[in-house]
Formats: sequence, C-alpha cells, structure tokens
Amino acid sequence: MRKRTFSIGGVHPNDHKIARDCAIEDLPLAPIFSVSMSQHLGAPANPVVAAGDKVRTGQIIGEPSGFISAYVHSPVSGTVKSVAPRANLLGHKIVHVDIEVEGDEWMEDIDRTPDIVREITLDREQILDRIKKCGVVGLGGATFPTHVKLSPPPGKKADVLILNGAECEPYLTSDYRIMLERGEEIVIGAEIMKKALEVDRVVIGIEENKPEAIENMLRITASHPGIEVMALKKRYPQGGEKQLINAVTGRQVPSMKLPIDAGAVVQNVGTSLAVYEAVQKNKPLIDNVLTVTGECCPQQRNLRVRVGTPLSFILEQSGGMPKDAVKIISGGPMMGWAISNLEATTVKSTSSLLCLTAEQTLRKEEGNCIRCGKCVDACPMGLEPYLLNRLARARKLDELEENAIYDCIECGCCLYSCPANIPLLDTIRVYKREVLAIMKNRASATAK
Amino acid sequence: MLTIIIWTVVVLTLLGALLALVLYFVASKFKVEEDPRIGEVEALLPGANCGGCGHAGCHAFAQSCVEAGTLEGHFCPVGGNKVMKAVAGVLGLEAQDQAPMVAVLRCNGGCGNREKTTEYDGYKSCKVINTLYAGETACSFGCLGGGDCERVCQFGALKMNPETGLPEIDQELCTACGACVRECPKHILELRLKGPKEGRRVYVACASNDKGGVARKACKVACIGCGKCAKACPFGAITVENNLAYIDFAKCKLCRKCVAECPTGAIHAVNFPVPVKTEAI
Amino acid sequence: MNKLTVSLSPHIHSADSTRKIMRDVLIAMAPAWLVSVWFFGISVIILTVAGVAACMLTEWLITRFMMKRKSTVSDLSAVVTGVLLALNLPPSSPWWLIVIGSIFSIGVVKMSFGGLGQNIFNPAIAGRVFLLISFPTLMTDWTRPAPLIGSVDAVSGATPLAVVNEGLAKGLTLDQIFTQNDFSSLEMLFVRIGGSIGEVSAIALILGFVYLLVRKVVKPHIPLAILCTIFVFSGIFWLIDPQQYTNPLFNLLTGGVLLGSFFMATDYATSPMGKTAMVIYGIGIGLITMIIRYFGSYPEGISFAILIMNSVVPLLNKYVKPRKFGR
Repeated sequence: MRKRTFSIGGVHPNDHKIARDCAIEDLPLAPIFSVSMSQHLGAPANPVVAAGDKVRTGQIIGEPSGFISAYVHSPVSGTVKSVAPRANLLGHKIVHVDIEVEGDEWMEDIDRTPDIVREITLDREQILDRIKKCGVVGLGGATFPTHVKLSPPPGKKADVLILNGAECEPYLTSDYRIMLERGEEIVIGAEIMKKALEVDRVVIGIEENKPEAIENMLRITASHPGIEVMALKKRYPQGGEKQLINAVTGRQVPSMKLPIDAGAVVQNVGTSLAVYEAVQKNKPLIDNVLTVTGECCPQQRNLRVRVGTPLSFILEQSGGMPKDAVKIISGGPMMGWAISNLEATTVKSTSSLLCLTAEQTLRKEEGNCIRCGKCVDACPMGLEPYLLNRLARARKLDELEENAIYDCIECGCCLYSCPANIPLLDTIRVYKREVLAIMKNRASATAK
Repeated sequence: MLTIIIWTVVVLTLLGALLALVLYFVASKFKVEEDPRIGEVEALLPGANCGGCGHAGCHAFAQSCVEAGTLEGHFCPVGGNKVMKAVAGVLGLEAQDQAPMVAVLRCNGGCGNREKTTEYDGYKSCKVINTLYAGETACSFGCLGGGDCERVCQFGALKMNPETGLPEIDQELCTACGACVRECPKHILELRLKGPKEGRRVYVACASNDKGGVARKACKVACIGCGKCAKACPFGAITVENNLAYIDFAKCKLCRKCVAECPTGAIHAVNFPVPVKTEAI
Repeated sequence: MNKLTVSLSPHIHSADSTRKIMRDVLIAMAPAWLVSVWFFGISVIILTVAGVAACMLTEWLITRFMMKRKSTVSDLSAVVTGVLLALNLPPSSPWWLIVIGSIFSIGVVKMSFGGLGQNIFNPAIAGRVFLLISFPTLMTDWTRPAPLIGSVDAVSGATPLAVVNEGLAKGLTLDQIFTQNDFSSLEMLFVRIGGSIGEVSAIALILGFVYLLVRKVVKPHIPLAILCTIFVFSGIFWLIDPQQYTNPLFNLLTGGVLLGSFFMATDYATSPMGKTAMVIYGIGIGLITMIIRYFGSYPEGISFAILIMNSVVPLLNKYVKPRKFGR
C-alpha cells in the first residue's frame, strides 16, 4: 500500500497515544448538566425551554437562530433549573441550560437497541433534514453544522468525500477507539453522506501509526464498493482539512477558498458515527467520546460522555485532578484550548481532557530569532512565520496581508519548532483576525 | 597625465549636468500643487501623527482644516486650544475651544483587589490574551494587564505599575489622543474631562456588567450596580445600566455625594484637596 | 488546587533549542579540529582557547555593560564563532591575532547589529577578512608549527592555490606546478597540510557536514549549490585551457571551499530562509569565488564571496519567497 501525505511543511511530534488500549466506557451521569447554546460554529441556538420545564433525553432545548446554526438537545432527563449566561471553559459568558438529572427517560422515537441498521431507506432531502434535526456538527474541532457542509452551494460539486481518521494530534485516541469499536457504523455513516452528497468515491484517511484501525476499516470496507481506506504517513497537521485533501487527492484548496472548490468534502470519523446514529437510529448528538489522558493522570480513559457534563466531574470520575498538572487542555496539545474554568461543561466537540505538567507545557524563555528558518520549513501553508511575527509586533497590517497571514491555519507548527521559543503563533493569530476583519470590511465597502 | 585629468574633469562635468537635467525634469513632472496654507498649518501642529484628531496624521488634519473652510469638528487634542488658536490665526477662522480631556482607566482590579484564578503563560499582550480567554481573574470585563496601552502611547503617559498590574496615566503627559482607548480590547479606557484646578474628576473605576454578587466575588472594588449613587446624585449625572453605574462628565458637578454612597469604593474622586474617598470607607 | 495555567496553542514544544543547535555545530567541527591538532599540535589548542575565550568575554562584556541585559553567552553561539575563527587562521598565528579577530567578530560584526540572529555578516568570516587585510603577512605565513607527535618535516606549508598563483605568475604551466609540488586529488581529500587550521582534511569536514545533515541542523541546498557552481564554472574554464585554469576537483578541495560552504555559508542568520533563495545564494557564492580565483589577485576567495552574498540575503529573503499552499 502506498502511503501519502501533504506536500509542504509539517512536524513530527511524539504521538504519546498512551490511552490507545483503553476501551470506551460510559461515564455515569453527573447530578447537574449545563448545556451550552453555542456548541457549533455560527449563531448560538435560541433556548426553547424555561426554568421549571421537565425535559427528556433527546428533547430539543435549543433551536437554530440562523442558516449556520444547529439544534441543541437535552442530554438527560430532568428539570430545567435555569437558562442563563454562564462561563464556558475559556471564561466567556454564553447562555447555558442547566438541567437537574432525574432518571434517564429518553424520547420514544429514538432507537436505543444495539442492532446495526444497515439499509439506508431515507432519500437525500430526508437525510439532510434528519442530520439537521439531530443537531449534528463537525466533531473534528471546527463544529461546522454538518447539514450545511453536506449541501454544497449551487454550481459547486464534490467528487470525493474524505473521512478524517488521521487523528494527527498527539495524545488523542477517541477517533482511534471508535474506528476499532464502531467501525461498521462509521462506514454506514459514510454511505449515508455519500448518498447525500451524490459522490462516487469515499476515502477514509488514517495515519500509519494506527495499524489496527487501518486493518479494521479495511476489513469492513471490503464489502462497500466505492469506499476505500488510505494509510497516510504520520505527520502533523495531516488532519487539517486542507492538508488531508492534499494528502488524499493531491489537490490544493486555493487560498481563501473552501474545500468544495477543490471538489472535496471532509468529515471527521466521529461525525460519520453521529450521522449514522442520527439517520438510522434517530438519535440526536447528545454524547461523544472523549479521551482523559496525560502522563500525570492517574487513569487513562476513553469515555462516552453526555454533552453538558461538568469537566470537574469527569476528572473526579477518572481518579481526581492530577497533582502535577498545571494545564488542562480541551482538545489536542497542538491546537486545543487550555481550560481556565473547570466548572465549565463539555460540548459536542470536546474530544479530550489532556493534563500536562509544568515541564511538558510551560513556555520557555524567549530568545533572539536566529533566523534558522525552521518555522518556514514547518509551516504547512508555506508562510514565513518569523516574518509575520515581526510584522505583527510592528503592527504593519498591509505587509501582513501581502505576506498572506490570512492563509494561516493556526496549526502551531511554527511555535512548536522554534528553537528560540518565540511565541510566533500568539501574535500571528491575533493579527490574522485583524487582517481578515479589514479585508472583510473592504470587500463589503467595494460591494456597495 | 594631463589628458587623464582633463578627461576626468570633462566626463564628470558632463555627467553632472546630465543628471541635473534628469532631476529637473523628474521634479517638474511629479510636482504636486498644494495650497501653501496646508504647509503653514502643518508646521504649527505637534507632528506626533498620533491620529487623535481622527485624521490619518498631522498633514491630513492640516489639509482637512484648510479644505473645510471652518474649524468646526477640527480639534488637535495634543496641541490643545493654544495650537488651534494659532491655526485659526493662519486661516482667518474661528477656533472652537474645547476643555482638556484625559484618559481614564475604568478598572481598579489590581492584584490586591482582584484575585487571579488562572495563570497566563505566553506573549504578554492584551490582544493575545483577549483572543484566548476572558482573563486571569474571574472578572471578564476588567484590565488584562498585558500593557498594550503602554505600548501604543506615544507620549509616555501610560506606565504599567508592576505592583497592581494596571496601567497608570500621568495626566500631565496625557494628550488625550485616544490611541490607548482604541487599542484596549476590553474598552475600559475612556477619555473624560480633565476637570478644573489640578484635574478634579469623579468617575466609576469599573466596567463589569456582572450581577452584583458575581462582580463582588471576582473583585473587591467592583461596581455592583446597586444604584445608590444614582439616587444620591442631585444632577442626574449617573445612570445604571447592565449592573454598572456610569457618570456623565458633562453633567457631573463634582459634588462627590456619590463617592460617599458607594459601598465598594468603585467611584473615584481624584485630585481633590481632601481625600474624601478614604473618609467614606 | 493550584491555579491552572492558560496559554494559546500549541501546548507542547519540540526539543530543539538554540543551545542544542550550536552544540551540534561544535560537534560537527570537532573532526576537522582534531585532525589539525594531530598535525599542528599545541598551537591549535592555544589558538582555539584564545579565540573562544575572547569571543565569550567580548559578548559578555557587551551584553552586561553596554546593552544592559541578560548575557547570551550560554547559548554557545560565541563559542561557535571562536572555534570557526580559529579554524580559519594559519596554524602559526600568534595568540593575540585571534584575540583581535574575535573582538572584531563579536564586537563589531555581531553585537553592534543587536547580537545573535541580527547580524548581516557572518562574524567568523568577517573576522578573518578583517585580519587578512590588517595583517596580510601573518595571515599568509604558512610556517608549520611542531606537531603533537613526530617532528617537522616541511618548513612551509603554503596553500596549493597560492603555489599555483605564484607558479602561473612565473609563467609555468599547471602540469609543471602540479608535478613540482606533488598535488594529487587523493591526497587533498584525506590530508593536505597547507592552508588554515580547518582545512587539513577534506574527509573530516565532510564527516562533520554529514553529521549536521543527519541532525537536520542545516539543509544541503547552500553547500551543494556552491560546490556545483564551482565545479561547473571551473570545469568550463579547465576544458578551454587546462594549462592556465586549475581542474574542478582541485578547486573544490582547496582554498577553504569545503570549510566555507559547510560551516560558514550555512550560518543561519546570514543565509536566506527559503530553499530557492538558498540555491541562488549558493550559486552566487560559487561564481564570486571562482571569479576572484581566476581573475582576481587573491588566490582563494570564498571568504569574500560569502561576505558579498551575505549582503544580498535581506533582498533574497524579501523577493524570493517559499511556495505557498494553494496557489
């Protein structure tokens, strides 16, 4: 089997997949759940319940408030305590619905049997409607509403659907575990999306450091013509949308364009599983698999967790807060967000709780740039991070735009590889946003 | 030997003449016709190019003054009334006097007042911290302490105090150009009337929209939106909105009744002869 | 519970550091240095120690008293400059020569631009050129000092290029010069005593360079571009007139080409960042070296070539950009 990868840049961090052999377990329900109304990219959902209402598991509690928005469902049954702003894991105030758990009573129309439903009976429109109604969003990190992504704008057509099983971030193992344990459902999910997108080809891209997953998916896809498994070289950020399309098809998504412009749609394997559950079982997206990991953690675990579970509860259930941990990250160590508030709760895309010690994570003292060019070599977008950082600190917005700061995917390769520990991405990220805002303003000004 | 010298002299002279001709033609071709008064006005301006007047720089301001034909809406905060009067003299227009302003920090959440709940590790800049999260403390409205305002201040009027972690404004140096106000990602710097005498002014040193209890828990000196100050104010200068009091400096008569009422000491009265604030607490 | 630390991603960092890179460069220079210690004895050690000490002291004094900030001596970059400068001097140089060179390298070439990474010119090369111009006799005095073991068997070890230049000036043909002096490529590849401390053994230099490549400290683009250019350029001239122009292999193995292209042209701060720019930079160095050799009055030329190309690096960085994704 030939192994492919993307064409420019990238780094090779140690993969630290120490939780890889832990089977997925169900986490018990916490006493109180707090469900965020902003678990997706786009406009926050409008809550449709009020304090005192009784809700059942799977009931809609938030409705989309715009085209790019998503439904939110109650992950548990019980009484709504309050609907109010509450700090999320970054301390930002977002409307949450707090629910006190009473039993676990599900909506009747949800199929909770373990049987695998293989036959796809719904047509394209029904599939998209079901995905939308079940609140499925991209679980790879960007949380883009899946039904929007599966309906390309008019005039654009995808010819390949890529399932992202790369899981190139160190430590994370949730995608790996579901590919081992729920492989068949993932493939059926892929068939459903294939039908919805009307494409002939589906590629499941998996990095070579997960041979068991590759083997399992190969075995399952043998009976599914049109779905192939592609082993990819281990290289970060292979799971980035643009990089994965490049690795699998050899095409490059043009600058400032969407994957669909390169004829590809990328979905995470976790999303595929959620699509399967939504379409075949009518089960809304109310739980996901997350990894509790880190060398300092008392237990390594892969847990199926209902959305809205307090982070502190997950840590308690996994042997308590690790003593040496100074930083807890939601997501992988390269692109995840450091948690500032453990009282916050999980959202649909929370893929891990990663605990790191001071030695593993604290930034080292910044030195002089020695112009070694390691950041330039590492940048998968072919940018010059050293230059962008220098221009950003000097606030030279025009030159930042000339040097395509807007192409940055914030993968972190530059900061990771800098021998002088210069916080390149810190400044680049901020000024990328400023430049993008200016470009947007200008575009709307010229449109008028 | 002589021929060499002669040739050198001849060649260099010709070259010089040729280049002078080129320079002359280029200069006349690209000559920009400009109202000479613009240059005169610009010469009067401080030349800081700070953008405090709302124009791209001193030249743009001078151009605007000349072209508008009136000084209404034109004010150089750095130069103040004196410079504007001079400009008015050059243009034969009427200068509009403005009371001097000063930048004021609407936050008093220094280290002693506002406990840190997390530790930030990365490039020390408010913009970066603001991209990341709500801040090191439980208050998501207050100063981030990254010192971006200090960096943009061209006049050295802002200094981060290492003890409180907050910027301090030197009212003598502050020109009210507004660079810090525009830079602050939390929007807690405000241009207010400098005030009479030594700069007497009263303001609410807090920007928290949190409910009273939440705000108080995060910070000892937060405005809890109780509204006592608004009731005490005889001039109707204080409004309470989103759990936060705001004093309109145009209406405030500096009576300081609100200062005594404030239960958390969030209202600051500065540069008054007797430190009323400490008495109140 | 202790306070949680919060930062923007990424949250992990590679094991690379400036210090480790500099250490790798020192390790890579070790073979060449050891070979010359073997042949030139204690004087090499004295020169190296003097060079390193002078570089470190200069940098420490400047950071401590003039720039008033934390000393950067511990990143080992000053040590690299000291060793490189030593490798570039004739083995018989007096110790004070390298001390002057070091002070110039660090004080003028490196620190006055702001220190590590800010300098436009390679400090060691600039130091060498400074000494070459200021002390031409000392810098071209190729008397061999006593080796560590054995006795002196040749009084002078003039560089092959100097010998050739002198011979050509006398009107000899290259065949005559080569036979008179017994220059064989094989000998030059392994051990050829004649030239500066660092260029005794081509094999030792290549060994060090391979180490740098394996450790991914440098990319091969610059040295390969230099070597290929020199090979092709001298090849063309050699084919035209083999009696006036030296052969390509001879050109590659003499006059510090290997030392210069492996260790000095690849200096991070003074070489371009992008791969295309690196190749252009390398070709430039090769061309200038050969032009100086064939048509200039200096027998070698790589030092001047590197210095000249150093000054072009900011332009190369600005106008020759790496290929961007998706365009």
